[in-house]
Amino acid sequence: MEITTDDYTVQYDRGAATVSLGGFLRLNGMEEYQPVMNVLLEAVEHSTQFTIDLRELEFLNSSGISMLSMFIVKVRDMGTVALTLRGSDKVLWQTKSLKNLQRLMPSLTLDFS
Amino acid sequence: MTQTQSARIFGAFTTEIPASEEYLTLHFSPNTVPRRRRWGNYGLSADFLGDYFAAFFPGDTLPDSKLNQRDTVKAAVSYIANELLENAVKYNDESAQAPVSICLHLYQNELIFQVVNYADANTAEKYQAFIQQLTQADLDTFYMQQLEKAATGTDSSCMGILTMMNDYGARFGWRFQPLAQQPEITQIEVLVALDV
Repeated sequence: MEITTDDYTVQYDRGAATVSLGGFLRLNGMEEYQPVMNVLLEAVEHSTQFTIDLRELEFLNSSGISMLSMFIVKVRDMGTVALTLRGSDKVLWQTKSLKNLQRLMPSLTLDFS
Repeated sequence: MTQTQSARIFGAFTTEIPASEEYLTLHFSPNTVPRRRRWGNYGLSADFLGDYFAAFFPGDTLPDSKLNQRDTVKAAVSYIANELLENAVKYNDESAQAPVSICLHLYQNELIFQVVNYADANTAEKYQAFIQQLTQADLDTFYMQQLEKAATGTDSSCMGILTMMNDYGARFGWRFQPLAQQPEITQIEVLVALDV
């Protein structure tokens, strides 16, 4: 359950129950984001605590933000998973947009470093 | 005789953009190469605009931020230019045979993005309906409403425009002008101002 392209990486660490996204994600619409979404959905199935590590994700377009919102709402509706988003305060889009994603699921932990 | 339909204006639009000492314009030629194959080029162009304009700013620290001014400008320009280009291309009607363009103007405390594309009547109508909804709504409430909509898989949530406005504080103006020679095609010009 990993994706590596010239532009971005998606890695799953089962032991840490963490999916890490890195690089530049600017895919064209939800259809192209589906493989990334599938990794997240498969990974979260095995967990009661789950983390998405975004610190190395330098760029995410608005379709990617929509994908994250879609995932968060799915997890919210499952009602069984404690979700953490790990972000970097040195990556502008994360400082601008992640706090709004938290509003979709108030129990979500935002961990900036 | 062809009669020119009048333009429709929304938001903070002006036909007289103040003269700037620094500006840069990119034109993307109309062609039949599938959009999918050119998609990556728009991201590269947005990054180039970010790098180019960031070089005019010092690396001064900013209050309440771990990013200096140069890196902030670079990332903000890259995000906004990418979203504007994605929209311009996604909703462009190739039969207009006219280039999509983006121009970025630099001022002392402000950047202005100017983007032009050409849309069919239906696309232009839907876009205007969205803008009317947006400009009458409370931005914060509308943003969360559309984010929930995006989360249910509706691709027309327009999160691009909403993130630029709400998260980056960008100010928008639009002009819709049906072409005199091809009235079924509307030229859409978007102006986006960003404080720096």
